Amino acid sequence: MTLAMLSGRGIQSALEPAGEHAERIASLWDVFLGVSAVVYVLVIAFLFLALFRRRREDSADRSRSAFLAVSISTVLTTLVLFGLLVSSIVTGRRLAQMPAHALSVTVTGRQWWWQVDYESADPSKRVTSANELTIPAGVPVRVQLQSSDVVHSFWVPNLHGKQDLIPGHENAILLEASRPGVYRGQCAEFCGYQHAKMALWVNVLDPKDYERWIAAERATSRIPATPEQRKGQEIFMSSPCPLCHNIQGTDASGRTGPDLTHIASRRSIAAATLPNNRGNLAGWILDPQHVKPGSFMPPMVLEQGELEPLLTYLESLR
Amino acid sequence: MKRLLAAALALIAILSSCEREERRFREMPAAAARNNTKRLVSLVPGPYTPDVRVREPYGYNAYAIAEGKRLFTWYNCTGCHANGGGGMGPPLMDSRWIYGSDPENIYATIVEGRPNGMPSFRGKVPEYQVWQLVAYVRSLSGNVPRDAATGRNDHMQVRTQEQSLPDLVPEKEPARQP
Repeated sequence: MTLAMLSGRGIQSALEPAGEHAERIASLWDVFLGVSAVVYVLVIAFLFLALFRRRREDSADRSRSAFLAVSISTVLTTLVLFGLLVSSIVTGRRLAQMPAHALSVTVTGRQWWWQVDYESADPSKRVTSANELTIPAGVPVRVQLQSSDVVHSFWVPNLHGKQDLIPGHENAILLEASRPGVYRGQCAEFCGYQHAKMALWVNVLDPKDYERWIAAERATSRIPATPEQRKGQEIFMSSPCPLCHNIQGTDASGRTGPDLTHIASRRSIAAATLPNNRGNLAGWILDPQHVKPGSFMPPMVLEQGELEPLLTYLESLR
Repeated sequence: MKRLLAAALALIAILSSCEREERRFREMPAAAARNNTKRLVSLVPGPYTPDVRVREPYGYNAYAIAEGKRLFTWYNCTGCHANGGGGMGPPLMDSRWIYGSDPENIYATIVEGRPNGMPSFRGKVPEYQVWQLVAYVRSLSGNVPRDAATGRNDHMQVRTQEQSLPDLVPEKEPARQP
């Protein structure tokens, strides 16, 4: 399909479904595209027919055939539209069904990042992360959607349609990815200055890998092993960082910014805005307003020689 | 001539509302590195020099006051001061100030801390955010211009909300004759 080719190999494409729900949406799209294409060709064909056919004398016979043509096309149009309506409703109903789920994750929209909480009946096994949703393949995952400030919208096109995150109201969506892979999601409802830079990565892992991953994620942060990492931790703790950020296992327990317990294991920083590497991390810490003007992260004023140990410490938080 | 005058008046009207509406993503260096706060005593060595008046950077900036309101919750000021009504800490919406109501005093209170419970936020809150908090704290007791103060408060407050309809503003009690 030309469109699919134009959109590239999609990590963020509704035309390359990687889950049952997205497949339903994609086949609905195919139905609409097919029907519309046929209708378009017919309309153009009849237009050309009308253009090139010679005008005949007025007669009772002609007005009757015109009446017939208009009636038939009206009935056909109504039937086609009704058929599309029915297929849309059927798909919508199937998508809205919430069968039993194996896992439960809460995604909270914040200006301008995503908080991701992996729920568990055992509170000690609850995991908080940010900007990255990791789920096992072939397992239905219920995602509760909340917002802490304004209306956001959760959209991972390869897995499902859009669902809004509304302050004071909980929505839910069921994700079931069919194969492991990495997909990109994005906020799909304008939510302020940095709406465009509010994205998240969805890692679909093999169920065994997922178990390994969640076990690592449950662990508290790594204890600094080298003198430089220790110095970096001291700098972190004595700077404004811990007032907003949480690092499990340390005194830093802020809840207004993304959890940094395992920041080094994440793919990106600043809500999938920049790849997570040392240089970007340094730029983000020193001047976040350059990367995301209006974001709530204030620039850090560091003394000479403080940045490198801080970066080394953050990079050790795997 | 008339047209020129009208243009000049329009320009003045536009420019005068600039300060209230200004939003700075990158804070000005002055607000980011201002560490001289109010003198606690009037005694100075050598010839008398007047106290350095620190000009509050955000007294008439609606955006900064609203940011201060957000930070007031984010930095857990509400934990002790509630939403200005006070609790474990003193109320901030009345006219009684233990350590002074000037912006410099409030700045010093936040940065240095005060005895019996007020923690020192030195090095923990960036300075421009302290000034935003100062502006918001002053707005709680009606010490900032009415048109710059935050509206739509969900909590109790001492002044009429800015978006209130004129009809709903309670009439002032007539001044009593002695």
